[in-house]
Amino acid sequence: MQWETVIGLEVHVQLATQSKIFSGASTAYGAEPNTQACAVDLGMPGVLPVVNENAVAMAVRFGLAIGAEIPEVSIFERKNYFYPDLPKGYQTSQMAQPIVGPGTIDITLDDGTVNAVRIHHAHLEEDAGKSMHESFHGMTGIDLNRAGTPLLEIVSEPDMRSAREASAYVRALHAIVTYMGISDGNMAEGSMRCDVNVSVRPKGQEAFGTRAEIKNVNSFRFIEQAIECEVERQIDLIEDGGKVVQETRLFDPDLNETRSMRTKEEANDYRYFPCPDLLPMMLDDAYIEHQRSLLPELPSEKRQRFETALGLSAYDASVLASSRAMADYFEQAMQSCGDAKLAANWVQGDLSARLNKAGLDISESPVSATQLGELLARIKDDTINGKAAKQVFADLWDCKGETADQIIEARGLKQVTDTAAIEAIVDQVITDNPVQVTQYREAEPDKRGKMIGFFVGQAMKASRGTANPQQVNALIKSKLDALL
Amino acid sequence: MAIEHADVLRAAHLARLGIDNTDAERYVGDLSRILDMVDALSGIDTDGVKPLAHPLDATQPLRADEAIEPNRRDTYQESAPAVADGYYLVPRVVE
Amino acid sequence: MHDLTLADIAKGLARGDYSSRELTQHYLSRIESLDRRLNSFITVTGEHALAAADAADAARQSGQAGILAGVPLAYKDIFCTEGVRTSCGSRMLDSFKAPYDATVVEKLKLAGTVSLGKTNMDEFAMGSSNETSFYGPVRNPWNTDLVPGGSSGGSAAAVAAGLTPAALGTDTGGSIRQPAAFCGITGLKPTYGRVSRYGMVAYASSLDQGGPMARTAEDCALLLNAMAGHDPRDSTSVARAVPDYTQSLAEPLKGLKIGLPREYFGEGLDGGVETAVRDAIKVYEALGAQVIDVSLPHTRLAIPTYYVIAPAEASSNLSRYDGVRFGHRCDAPTDLMDLYKRSRVEGFGEEVKRRILIGTHTLSEGFFDAYYKKAQQVRRLIRQDFLDAFDKVDVLMGPAAPTPAFELGNQADPVQMYLQDIYTIAINLAGIPGISVPAGFAGDRPVGLQILAPHFSEAHLLNVAHAFQMQTDWHTRRPALTADE
Repeated sequence: MQWETVIGLEVHVQLATQSKIFSGASTAYGAEPNTQACAVDLGMPGVLPVVNENAVAMAVRFGLAIGAEIPEVSIFERKNYFYPDLPKGYQTSQMAQPIVGPGTIDITLDDGTVNAVRIHHAHLEEDAGKSMHESFHGMTGIDLNRAGTPLLEIVSEPDMRSAREASAYVRALHAIVTYMGISDGNMAEGSMRCDVNVSVRPKGQEAFGTRAEIKNVNSFRFIEQAIECEVERQIDLIEDGGKVVQETRLFDPDLNETRSMRTKEEANDYRYFPCPDLLPMMLDDAYIEHQRSLLPELPSEKRQRFETALGLSAYDASVLASSRAMADYFEQAMQSCGDAKLAANWVQGDLSARLNKAGLDISESPVSATQLGELLARIKDDTINGKAAKQVFADLWDCKGETADQIIEARGLKQVTDTAAIEAIVDQVITDNPVQVTQYREAEPDKRGKMIGFFVGQAMKASRGTANPQQVNALIKSKLDALL
Repeated sequence: MAIEHADVLRAAHLARLGIDNTDAERYVGDLSRILDMVDALSGIDTDGVKPLAHPLDATQPLRADEAIEPNRRDTYQESAPAVADGYYLVPRVVE
Repeated sequence: MHDLTLADIAKGLARGDYSSRELTQHYLSRIESLDRRLNSFITVTGEHALAAADAADAARQSGQAGILAGVPLAYKDIFCTEGVRTSCGSRMLDSFKAPYDATVVEKLKLAGTVSLGKTNMDEFAMGSSNETSFYGPVRNPWNTDLVPGGSSGGSAAAVAAGLTPAALGTDTGGSIRQPAAFCGITGLKPTYGRVSRYGMVAYASSLDQGGPMARTAEDCALLLNAMAGHDPRDSTSVARAVPDYTQSLAEPLKGLKIGLPREYFGEGLDGGVETAVRDAIKVYEALGAQVIDVSLPHTRLAIPTYYVIAPAEASSNLSRYDGVRFGHRCDAPTDLMDLYKRSRVEGFGEEVKRRILIGTHTLSEGFFDAYYKKAQQVRRLIRQDFLDAFDKVDVLMGPAAPTPAFELGNQADPVQMYLQDIYTIAINLAGIPGISVPAGFAGDRPVGLQILAPHFSEAHLLNVAHAFQMQTDWHTRRPALTADE
């Protein structure tokens, strides 16, 4: 049978605020345990929450960025359950009236087509603390520093049909929130956590199959892997006559399998009800329009501009716009050299290759965008040729010079464009290689073109790479042809 | 709406109250009388009446995003039943 | 000295008739000798009090003392007080020292007041007789076989017995007004949002409100001046200017329109209480007020509505007492579930468990709409009753409670106990302010006249109450007390 996969995601994005969603404690990552958990975060008797304006602003801007409706009223509710990392015995969240209504996020598939994934809603809530199971002699240690960190939970419709689509969705979402600066998007530190709902159904069937929820998948790669093995499990199960049960599962990347979370518990009953300590949030048009005015250029808009205004290919535009850091780097380099295509080629070519090899993010590049841009400017004004440029780039990478110009100067890489000087080199090469000259002369005319390469190589070598290769090429061809 | 033994045990479990069968029996009586009294609400026509969650028609004020709380861990942990290395301790949680 | 009102004491301090230390010592020694029987205090903070008194005296010497500087008072043990046990009348918090001061405590400290200690109360403010306290019942100073009312019974008894000139209470369904009535003192529940709830241990967040309990309306005005105002830490506190509540106390009442809700004079009202209340209303008529018959048609639904909303909020508010970060933890828990279940079942008393169970049940799946949503809808109807009534009248008057104080140990049935709050509970649902003032006796038991006013009209409410106290001397009556047997 042909099966179709149906995927929906719930993504928790940690908002990059200074303080918690309901208290003035810091949200900085990595502090000593419980040093950033204030009385409110600890749920001390008598404390009360007050909503962080920035968390609201970020949620609203996210909504605007995905073309969502921002309802006039939104309500905080309590989701009641006991867990040691949940200090109050309830999580303050939103249920019936979330801050962000339905919207859409465009994702770019491998073949370049763009799909719209519908967003059901996004809501604000507080994060829980962390449990540490090691080093407490059979006890569990609770650190509540993270408790109360603002989260935006973004819930998609079940619109994705493959693991690739799902990871493309998460990448697109990642790009949006990091572009906007509303999250650092650091998945390793848990700034973006995905719950993936997966089900399968026979191709052509309308009704959804029973879904399993894979909790807390925290890298783009794992999202694909987790979905692939869960889909396989479900198909095998059904084909063997079994039934998928609705449950929560965990993905184990080491074993490359998902497994059911042991729940001794019967189904939860969260007893949601409006939080009596918080009042309805009313966001008027003026506030929403103000937030709209603060929106930065978003990935899709940037892609569009790169194509139309800068004349880049659709592919280049989408790669360069894929992250804020990449796009910012590219634009800075382009500004310094004044050539979009040249900058695009280098950022995607030499720079990306070196970064990949070194395992660095573009934000950690040893060569700054300005440094690269100045280097490219020297290619563009013919000061150096492409070969020398690679050498300069290598030196910049190794911090052997501050600027491209310094390195060009110090290494004497300035391109020789003086015709007389090049002519002298070319003449010398022809004189030094009589055998090859004879071979050239005797060769079939259509083979000669290839043979020129040898002379060009010799001439470039003689100039230590500084000769203008186009000039060298032209001169050699005319001189050899004169000998025919 | 009557409340039954199983309802009491269910609520006790959700509320993490260690109530045994005998206790539950007693609560069935108490809670039933309370719910009987509450049943006066069921006959009231509330069609189209908006639920009232807060007595004033006020809206949520927003707080400036500033990290201003100092580290007071030692003070907060003075009342804690069990701590080690700054962590609160609980019996091992199986995940 | 202990017969003086707060206003008198403030004047005496200003004149230098006595120092704050002398006053404080006087009250501490009265507590020492009289409270063993009354049990109105859970914790007496003598040393703190004397230090604060000395600081107030020093401030006065240097001419920097405000009107309340050096005035002793006491806090219901529901207000967080930094470094001092804040038990909420519960075994759960028996060892809990609050790490911070409630906003009202902070404000009153700033005003220079001296805290004598923390008063007894029904556990987590759940009760109408002060019998649910882990620390044992409080006795009524007028007759120690009687309850003082609840849940702020310790505060009411302490003020009535002259163990403190004033105390703070909280009122979720009548917990300031009913004990004030039972003990023959004046108790004000302000408009919801008028006084910060930050640091006031939550029972039912959409109903709880702190307020002053003292001898007179004037004393309440003085205290409310210092307590009221917007608190950036409490989202539900209201950003609205705080008037000087003492300024309008003496306004004439001529032309005042008093509504008498007919539902407040019906079946179940004690004859002695009714007589005292009707006599009190005649005093107002003599002052030129006009009495108008009004109706609050949803009155009979107030208790059912309250017993859905309050336990629901409480069940969630009390989840934080889980034996992890503070409060009671059971011995040698075998696993997490055992830790939770035993700590909570041991730490909470009967009434608290009852309300947690009711609240958990009514919020759970399949019941929410029938109970919680319905109760919130009826809550709106109840509030509308008051808004409609205040279109016709300036204030409403009636009894604070259907009976005077009853005997300790007499109310075994929780539902019967809940009916005690029949005249007070709707006020919390509507969020309006209410005050109980001493209005005579039913036999030898004090009776309270309850006066209600529209949202944020505390100034007017206090003015109306004060006018009565200018005409009567009920608020000056004192119980005859003997030192411990």
